[in-house]
Amino acid sequence: MSADIKVDSTLDAKGLSCPLPILKTKKAVEALGKDQVLKVVTTDPGSKNDMASWAKRTGNEILKVEEGGGTFTFFIKKTA
Amino acid sequence: MANKKMTIIASKGSLDMAYPPLILATTAAAMDVDVTIFFTFYGLEIVKKNNADSLKVTPLGNPAMPMPMPIPTLVSSLPGMESMATAMMKSMFKKHGVATIQQLLDLAKESGIKLIACQMTMDVMGYKQSDMIEGVEFGGAASWLDIAADADINLFI
Repeated sequence: MSADIKVDSTLDAKGLSCPLPILKTKKAVEALGKDQVLKVVTTDPGSKNDMASWAKRTGNEILKVEEGGGTFTFFIKKTA
Repeated sequence: MANKKMTIIASKGSLDMAYPPLILATTAAAMDVDVTIFFTFYGLEIVKKNNADSLKVTPLGNPAMPMPMPIPTLVSSLPGMESMATAMMKSMFKKHGVATIQQLLDLAKESGIKLIACQMTMDVMGYKQSDMIEGVEFGGAASWLDIAADADINLFI
């Protein structure tokens, strides 16, 4: 569970394929203030690795990834 | 830290081959990479006004293209096959939540990707600068080389 993570904004990227989950995540994170948290839900299996690469490259932090029921849920803290 | 830089030469204008440059460019921009795309030869079709959603794909000469049933090469050359293959690919993309070429192009412009159309191939094909979408710059090999010489990633597609 992720009751310990305070989510400031949520992005539903279910049903979208590469590169849209990443492009939409970038936009959503940009709209946040520093240290705020975005929750992103995807169904693209490629997004698991893609999101990690994106976060590493942009200097944002993935606090947690939840997987199950065909979805991936990312909690991303805007640290950049 | 200075941003990484990438350039892509987009030289193909079929529906399938318009995707890789735009997918890589928009993703790179989302990863804080400064991107330039140089459109040359058939790649110009991507940045022609009102053309991004009119690009087509053909199974002709591409035995790897998945079709609902095996189609002999000669049949692939019949009228209507190109439209059928194009409609099929578009519907596959849509079903899988893939952006359209126009959407990716809009996202590319929105994220500040530099778009350069090759003036020489435009002249050869009889395209005017006014035939191209807003925001496109015009230049030749030297324009690309000047940017590519300082870039971390350079791709020819």
